[in-house]
Amino acid sequence: MAATTETVEQVRAVTEQKYKYGFTTDIESDVAPKGLNEDIVRFISAKKEEPEWLLEWRLKAFRAWLEMEEPRHWAKLSYPPIDFQDAHYYAAPKMKDRPKSLDEVDPELLKTYEKLGIPLREQEILAGVEGAEGKSPAIAVDAVFDSVSVATTFKAKLEEMGIIFCAISEAVHKCPELVQKYLGSVVPYTDNFYATLNCAVFTDGSFVYIPKGVRCPMELSTYFRINQANTGQFERTLIIADEGSYVSYLEGCTAPQRDENQLHAAVVELVALDDAQIKYSTVQNWYPGNADGVGGIYNFVTKRGACRGRNSKISWTQVETGSAITWKYPSCILQGDNSVGEFYSVAITNNFQQADTGTKMIHIGKNTRSTIVSKGISAGRAQQTYRGLVKILPKAEGARNHTQCDSLLIGDQCGAHTVPYIENRNRTARVEHEATTAKISEDQLFYCRQRGLSEEDAVSLIVNGFCKEVLKELPMEFAVEAQKLVGISLEGSVG
Amino acid sequence: MATTTLTKAPRGYDPAAATPFLEQFDRVRDGLPGGGLSWLNDLRAQGRARFAELGLPTVKNESWRYTNLRALDKLAFQPAAGTGEAVRFDVLPTVRADGATGPRLVFVDGRFRAELSSTAGLPAGVELLNLADALTRKPDLVAEHLGRIAAPDDQTLVALNTAFLADGPVLHVPRGVTVEETIELVFVSVGSEAQPTAFHPRGLIVAEADSRAVIVEHHVGLGSCTTLSNGVTEVFVGAGASVHHYKVQREHTDSFHLSHTAAKVAGKGVYDNFILTIGAKLSRNEVNSVLDGEEGDTHVSGAYMVRGGQHVDTTTFIDHAKPCCTSREVYKGVIDDQARAVFQGKIIVRPNAQKTDGYQQNRALLLSDTAEIDAKPELEIYADDVKCSHGATVGELDDDQLFYLRARGIDKDTARGLLIGAFLSEALEEIAEESVRDAFQSYVANWQNAR
Amino acid sequence: MIEIKNLHATVDGKEILKGIDLTIGPGEVHAIMGPNGSGKSTLSYVLAGRDGYEVTEGSVSFFGKDLLEMEPEERAAAGLFLAFQYPVEIPGVANTTFLKSALNAIRKKRGEPELDAMQFLKLVREKTKALSMTDEMLKRAVNVGFSGGEKKRNETLQMAVLQPKFAILDETDSGLDIDALKIVAEGVNALRSPERSMLVITHYQRLLDYIVPDHVHVLAFGKIQRSGGKELALELEKNGYAEFGVNEAA
Repeated sequence: MAATTETVEQVRAVTEQKYKYGFTTDIESDVAPKGLNEDIVRFISAKKEEPEWLLEWRLKAFRAWLEMEEPRHWAKLSYPPIDFQDAHYYAAPKMKDRPKSLDEVDPELLKTYEKLGIPLREQEILAGVEGAEGKSPAIAVDAVFDSVSVATTFKAKLEEMGIIFCAISEAVHKCPELVQKYLGSVVPYTDNFYATLNCAVFTDGSFVYIPKGVRCPMELSTYFRINQANTGQFERTLIIADEGSYVSYLEGCTAPQRDENQLHAAVVELVALDDAQIKYSTVQNWYPGNADGVGGIYNFVTKRGACRGRNSKISWTQVETGSAITWKYPSCILQGDNSVGEFYSVAITNNFQQADTGTKMIHIGKNTRSTIVSKGISAGRAQQTYRGLVKILPKAEGARNHTQCDSLLIGDQCGAHTVPYIENRNRTARVEHEATTAKISEDQLFYCRQRGLSEEDAVSLIVNGFCKEVLKELPMEFAVEAQKLVGISLEGSVG
Repeated sequence: MATTTLTKAPRGYDPAAATPFLEQFDRVRDGLPGGGLSWLNDLRAQGRARFAELGLPTVKNESWRYTNLRALDKLAFQPAAGTGEAVRFDVLPTVRADGATGPRLVFVDGRFRAELSSTAGLPAGVELLNLADALTRKPDLVAEHLGRIAAPDDQTLVALNTAFLADGPVLHVPRGVTVEETIELVFVSVGSEAQPTAFHPRGLIVAEADSRAVIVEHHVGLGSCTTLSNGVTEVFVGAGASVHHYKVQREHTDSFHLSHTAAKVAGKGVYDNFILTIGAKLSRNEVNSVLDGEEGDTHVSGAYMVRGGQHVDTTTFIDHAKPCCTSREVYKGVIDDQARAVFQGKIIVRPNAQKTDGYQQNRALLLSDTAEIDAKPELEIYADDVKCSHGATVGELDDDQLFYLRARGIDKDTARGLLIGAFLSEALEEIAEESVRDAFQSYVANWQNAR
Repeated sequence: MIEIKNLHATVDGKEILKGIDLTIGPGEVHAIMGPNGSGKSTLSYVLAGRDGYEVTEGSVSFFGKDLLEMEPEERAAAGLFLAFQYPVEIPGVANTTFLKSALNAIRKKRGEPELDAMQFLKLVREKTKALSMTDEMLKRAVNVGFSGGEKKRNETLQMAVLQPKFAILDETDSGLDIDALKIVAEGVNALRSPERSMLVITHYQRLLDYIVPDHVHVLAFGKIQRSGGKELALELEKNGYAEFGVNEAA
């Protein structure tokens, strides 16, 4: 123990002196040197001024990771070996102080959200919403650039209600007992190769705590961006919804275009206690690589929610259009009786993108219910796989699952695959799985074109219709962007 | 330390498990039929080498994640010693009406029994004989087809079968010939009191262009000795030909039944497979059907009912390799007591296999609190102009139906029995041949009556 | 405005149209009548530019431009509208979304300003009322779960919103009872104007009682066999197509 403390002290000294042990100019620009070893883990922990228990946990994870094998044998993905020593595990934008307001943040972030308000109104009018004009959505935003949370908005207003919404690095100091109790309680540090890596090197992410009986009055949102070249991003999100509370959380991602592949290995943990509800929505638009398959983000993400309490509910909605490689299975552990898990997914792969994505619904408690709706669209030379597990344990009396999995192929060079796993050990449970694969019919395409739509617009329209069931689950703030993304992602896929 | 073994053995296999089988093989090698045929020796050698490399699959193998063969390892199976002499003609199962006879081959512990077999009623030109004889009488036919679909150097259990292959049914139907009589293939497991017995029946069905045949396989066990049947059958369906291939497995619950059927369907050909599984302690039926010519059609269906500690695994693979083919798959099962069922059904549509129409349905009923079903229906699609769907439901009987019957005065147990019967009958509807359907129906009824 | 000359077309290598000549002037309503398999629907698809309908000979000029050179959406923007015999279902796409996208695509191509949501909704509400369609039908997905009559009314609504210069009505009467037929015909008649021409394709004379044509043509075996005034339709109703060598039992 003493030795460890000593090392931490040494690392701290190094960072303060900004020059020693090979941490050269990189540190000045707040980038850790390339490579991964225990010193880097200690360095990150020291940078964050973390308590001892957290450093220990990271180190345990790191040692476990060294013994682990990359999960390459079952996912339908092919990519060159990743050199985990050839990336930076810590990068922070150069800033003297944290920005005071969003005005000080990358204007691109603001532009993105500005964009959302305008078509929103139109959408509402078309949908027949009364008095839609002049309504502006309130979103509290936590922005994570590369490895660091740079700004959290509406903090004060949320604090009045007892809601904690801040960077996880801040939460470690602010409410250590909550973090210590729940961090790794849904995704343990031994869970899987990428999650374990994340445990060792995560740098920041969002933390949310909604107190008993509180309905969070606004959407909470995190915006992730990878800016720095050769940087892996390993953010960690932890959301705890205490008894009877409700929160809707949005996550958006972008990355600049780069020729080299970048690694993103995030972990998201959700905990819903009795009667609590968490709605988690993602629009993932990491850089997918260019039309020839060069560059793009490798997105290996572990997302899992635990419905610990009775009547709790966790709902995942994802629109996955980006990344060169997507490996992601947002899951629900339905532990509390009558708890509900939902997974709504749209995944679009074009050009050389590959996605192996789906969900796991683990039914443990009585009368637990889950719904899975997955819409996959594959175009260009992309390969996409839905992979999902529905597992009913012996005590899950009366459990119900319904899964609907539809794939759409555009062009004859792509692939769409469906691999559901159904494991049922309770006779009163009922599991239904349906999957279809088809293409956009010539009839539909011609009908739209006869009415004046270009082929590309027609495809976008038809695909949006195909995805409607999922897109309608998104909060309005995201739905419009998502619809546009559907069109943009498929550009060049027809003709 | 784990890494060193990983680099040596492919993931998901236990090469050490091969050792006892290999030792036996090296002992019996010289006594195997067709030893003078060099191509056959090569084939066996390929099978031996592959099996030696892989051994038995483990649950880490994606295709075997739900079926554990560790039990085989412990039992030290020995090759069949030629017991089972006491099998009499009148105890053999048939789908024919009482007293009726027809073409039939009988194998006891994997070896042909001429005195129980008959080729009566076959049209001229049709060959129905056992493999050991075919190696002398029809070596060219066998050489041309054996090991061509079920490759000796691919799947490990096929490789094991290939190493040991000695006997089994051979059917050749010439071009344009329709075999009216149903051909019955009867496999009886007897085994030995002395030690667990293993045999590796190898079948070959060749239906030339525009021919037609109906084949029924019966697999039964006599006594209660532990046996392992590791069968492989290759089916060639010529252009425009149709092969209806039905199988019922009613071995006793000390037997292990592994079976791999590989069919290749030429243009406009039809391969129709149905398997009814009732018996065995552990069974796995693999059915691979490759649609290798345009406008081919394949049906891969079946039903299973298991109880006690039985384990039944159905693993199917339908390969749409050419355009404009259709496939249909309907599997239904009932699982009682602590039994466990596995269904893995994969449909692949290759690039350019446009206008594919694939349908798969898989349903299972759990009848007890300790029964288990694991299902993995899978679509892998590389062509865009296709219509493919699969559906799977697992669970209990429909509450509404149950209530409806009870509201009409039928007691709960009777009502459940009726609904289970209806559920299974529905699966049997997939059998096109009426006589076969009726016979299979009676096996289902017997199973239910014993509940 | 549209001039079809010696039009030959094949489907799957089989010749269906064997030399069609037809000229339609502004404001004129022409009817094409013919038995099943005479090539009526093929003609409408060829004019609208559907893939798989290959023109092997002849020409079609539309306002002086070569229609056959244009993509389907360019033909739509130029003012050609096809009311489908079997309107296509597009799950998940709301009728309003579809119609607004189509209208704005056409307006954009014509260099007209696009309509915003409010303007569009005002326009479409006016038109729906005339066709006794409900707001609820506008919110539903395109043609999904519509009855035969609702589908045809929906086609007419689209025509009313898109205001084409030349409309082809392909068997608009099929599957309609008499009340639905009247509503659709009223909608179509309301769109008749000196600038708008129509080509009404039908098997039966019944529709022509409600949409009265200026000219009637009989199409059989891929060619126009006879042309005349509206009285030709009545004659056909009485005598059938036997005169043209067509045997239509029952």
